[in-house]
Amino acid sequence: MEIKSMRFKANAAGSLANVVLQGNLKNAKGKFVTKRAEALKDLDDFEGTRDAAVAIRNKVIDNLDLWLERFEQKAQETGATVMWAKDGAEVCRLVTEIARKHGVTKVTKSKSMLSEEAGLNQALEAAGIQPVETDLGEYILQVDNNEPPSHIIAPAVHKSLDDVADLFHKVHGTPRKTEIPALTREAREVLRGHFLSAEMGLSGGNFLVAETGSVALVTNEGNGRMVTTMPKVHVVITGIEKVIPTLEDLSTLMRLLPRSATGQSISNYFSILTGVKKPEEHDGPEHLYFVLVDSGRADVVGGDFHAMLRCIRCGACMNHCPVYQTIGGHAYGWVYPGPMGSVLTPLYAGMENSIDLPHAATLCNQCGVVCPVGIPLPDLLRRLREKQTERGLRPLKERIGLRLWAWVAQRPKLYALGASLGARYLKWLAGDADRIRLLSTAPEWSLGRDFPAPQGKTFRELYAARQKINKEAA
Amino acid sequence: MARVRVGLFVTCLVDLMRPRIGFAALKLLETAGCEVIVPESQTCCGQPAWNSGDAPGAVALAKKTIAEFEGFDYVVSPSGSCGDHIRTEYPTLLAAEPGWRDRATAMASRTYELTDFLVTVLKVDSVPGDHEGSITYHDSCSGLRSMGIKDQPRALLAKMKGVELREMNGCEECCGFGGTFSVKFGEVSAAIAERKCDNVLASGAKAVVGGDLGCLLNIEGKLRRMGDENTKVLHVAEILAGDA
Repeated sequence: MEIKSMRFKANAAGSLANVVLQGNLKNAKGKFVTKRAEALKDLDDFEGTRDAAVAIRNKVIDNLDLWLERFEQKAQETGATVMWAKDGAEVCRLVTEIARKHGVTKVTKSKSMLSEEAGLNQALEAAGIQPVETDLGEYILQVDNNEPPSHIIAPAVHKSLDDVADLFHKVHGTPRKTEIPALTREAREVLRGHFLSAEMGLSGGNFLVAETGSVALVTNEGNGRMVTTMPKVHVVITGIEKVIPTLEDLSTLMRLLPRSATGQSISNYFSILTGVKKPEEHDGPEHLYFVLVDSGRADVVGGDFHAMLRCIRCGACMNHCPVYQTIGGHAYGWVYPGPMGSVLTPLYAGMENSIDLPHAATLCNQCGVVCPVGIPLPDLLRRLREKQTERGLRPLKERIGLRLWAWVAQRPKLYALGASLGARYLKWLAGDADRIRLLSTAPEWSLGRDFPAPQGKTFRELYAARQKINKEAA
Repeated sequence: MARVRVGLFVTCLVDLMRPRIGFAALKLLETAGCEVIVPESQTCCGQPAWNSGDAPGAVALAKKTIAEFEGFDYVVSPSGSCGDHIRTEYPTLLAAEPGWRDRATAMASRTYELTDFLVTVLKVDSVPGDHEGSITYHDSCSGLRSMGIKDQPRALLAKMKGVELREMNGCEECCGFGGTFSVKFGEVSAAIAERKCDNVLASGAKAVVGGDLGCLLNIEGKLRRMGDENTKVLHVAEILAGDA
């Protein structure tokens, strides 16, 4: 997917100015946050479950090669083919080759963020193969001129009911419908034909289970089952970090994933798919492929951002992020928005292509608090800021300003003088008022708010004066 | 029993913008029986440097602050954000220098946010001030999520007969300040602040109170820009000391 993260600030300004989007974001925020909080109540021990989940994920990512080999071996035993892709281009090449090999002209897809990373739909279209998104949100975006998703589990969350009603009326050429059930029925009717005629189904994978060679899929609409069981070919595309050791581990993680993501104790559909169709079975693919993708993940192993590989893609961090709640996902400019995106985008799509993202957070740590696998997201964002500075990627003015400030702050007398002058200058700017309307030294501050006036003298000045009086009195 | 010797870490923002918060903290600690020392050479804890990616600057300021404050029984600050930086981050950012790391760790365990110190360590029975009117409390992020400051300020406010606490919706949500975030992404920061201010206004309280000046400047600035001239914006120390 094309990266537009360098335009974060302009993107964010656009989001703020978009009245419809602002309404939709407000609506979504309440639902995600409240439903998660409710769903966690019936978990006996969230902290304990989270600790167990952290241990499971750490066990895997600390020895990723080992677990991937175990998975590969088991998957092959079930009749699946395991392929490895080092980047998005290789994903596109491998999937296109699989499609060609089986004479495929149409591919139904359930949601896969990795296919977004790789830009797979465009590659398939270029090869004359029709990709059809069947997740309702992804379908809406595909028929809306291939708009990118704005959220990892609710890709069209930025759209309103009205937006979708207009879109379906235009694209399907049907009378405009305003009821959600009628709209979903319409999408279902369109998709049914595709489900029946596609020769290949493509899915992501929430988890890969090493002990059985299975893929676990968490979905809500049933499209995942249609995609993975009806066509003769099923291709799973997923990141190499998604492997977990056992089915027991899967049950632990499943206590957290749907609750954290959509606030459900369990998703409407939960599938564990193992191997190709056996002779005595009626359903399932005749050919099963796993395309396991690196795309920057292996480079993260063992480094400063290792903990990020624990991520199970629930989206809780973005749902609870004050910045995401305010500007939505598109502003982040790549596949993954919110705090997770502000870490993943620099790691997978280039630090130099996403300068603003690690700074686009207040470090409030609400993301860290809700993360079901305990990723210290604010620490990782802060570390990325440090890396940017080390690599000279920050603007020169900012770097000089910071160094100068830190230099002065190490010299108390000079600092005291600076603070004293600063307090007087700000007081002078405010004049008789108790506020400064336009803060010339930091104009961004006063774009949307005033700057309260200082008292005028610094604490240290007033304290020194008081100490002097006390001394004289004594 | 010898009097507890407390080093008051005023914070650079209180020094520059609101000295009265520093004096209120001083009064609260002295009234509670502490000997309070305000090291003259203190400047900033270094959090802005650390959060902006300037590790060498942050390390230098951490060492300076440790050298100034490690001799006291306790280090107390009228800020959950600066207090947390000293308590949580100093041992981390000095991890590569074992001598300094140990000094940081030793001081970290004796570093407190003001209301936490009054409640948890001093276990005060009363506070010097009283305040007439309704207030709503904004829980600042670092204090709340890193230092566990939630009940302490409320417990102290409850000791004041004239105070009526009206909790707002989303009192634990970030106000959008975020230090340098507020001047790097001013529009986004102000938009987050607007949500906070909507909640403050909806509470109907006459004053919004918090424990971190950064958040309070942000909230006050947004309230005024929104046209609200009535809601007072106060640091919890000012109220408890009877200065507001």
